[in-house]
Amino acid sequence: MHELSIAMSIVEVVQEEAQRHGSVQIHAVHLKLGQLSGVVKEALLSSYELACFDTPLAGSQLLIEEIPVEVFCPQCAVPRLVSSIQWFCCPECGTPTPTVIRGKELEVVGLEVTE
Amino acid sequence: MTTEPRLVEVRKNVLKQNDVIARVLRDRFRQADVLAVSLVSSPGSGKTAFLEKTLTELHPRYKVAALVGDLATENDAARLARSQAPVKQIITGTLCHLEAAMVQNALDGWDLNEVDFLFIENVGNLVCPASYDLGEDLRFVLLSVTEGEDKPLKYPTIFNSADVAVITKSDLANAVEFDEPAARRNIQAVRPGMEIFKLSAKTGDGMSGYLEFLERRRIRSHAATTL
Repeated sequence: MHELSIAMSIVEVVQEEAQRHGSVQIHAVHLKLGQLSGVVKEALLSSYELACFDTPLAGSQLLIEEIPVEVFCPQCAVPRLVSSIQWFCCPECGTPTPTVIRGKELEVVGLEVTE
Repeated sequence: MTTEPRLVEVRKNVLKQNDVIARVLRDRFRQADVLAVSLVSSPGSGKTAFLEKTLTELHPRYKVAALVGDLATENDAARLARSQAPVKQIITGTLCHLEAAMVQNALDGWDLNEVDFLFIENVGNLVCPASYDLGEDLRFVLLSVTEGEDKPLKYPTIFNSADVAVITKSDLANAVEFDEPAARRNIQAVRPGMEIFKLSAKTGDGMSGYLEFLERRRIRSHAATTL
């Protein structure tokens, strides 16, 4: 399980970012989590609490937006959401495609803060 | 008076630090004309035997080196040292995967100009290594015939993150009634177009096709460097 080291990286990234905005109190962290990021949401949520312990982020919430996997279909020439990550093909025409456009995100996208 | 929190927009990749180091490594490999290959698999799929055979086969003609990730022991490095290639163990302690910084530290003191092929054996784990770029040119995922054909479907993320699949222990395929077409189908389902090699490090069967592939890839990356 590597979610604890991921959670610690989140805490680090957020603290760095928060410092750039002066002395703010962080209430929530918004995170985009791709289905192909290799990180399990539930494990990350419980690790986050641990990682925040004794830091300025203690008591803050981690709000996760899960990003589905989108591939580019060479046949239809448009992006499509895969119906399962066990089957990388166009859900419309069935053409296999390895080209992933979205779904690998592991990104802090917002902070809810008060001064 | 309590103020409502305001939303500050940011855009920060959580693994940025790892990715920055991975990029530095990739540049170093390119400049020194090294083909860096990482190996991922579940424990017991034959990574070390496969690597030992690879090092032994390439050693007379090329300068090869290996970094080996392991939770606690140095047994793998001792085994691989029999190939005569320089081998360094990275003991990860309780960490279930390698990170780019560990590779960078392990390479400290090594002259990459003296290396043609660098192999990086990750910790035996099909989950955690998927998220970490190590700066490698190619990621190999190993699947032994004794593991079951549905492994790719159980761990689609790591199979999708790999460039090449290697079916190992092919000498045991008949004994365990390995369904090769199903395994190939499952690999292609999670990573369409992925190159697949089937081989036995024990008997040497299938090794030559895979070794030729490695040599071709190194020539190709060399050509890209000198362009």
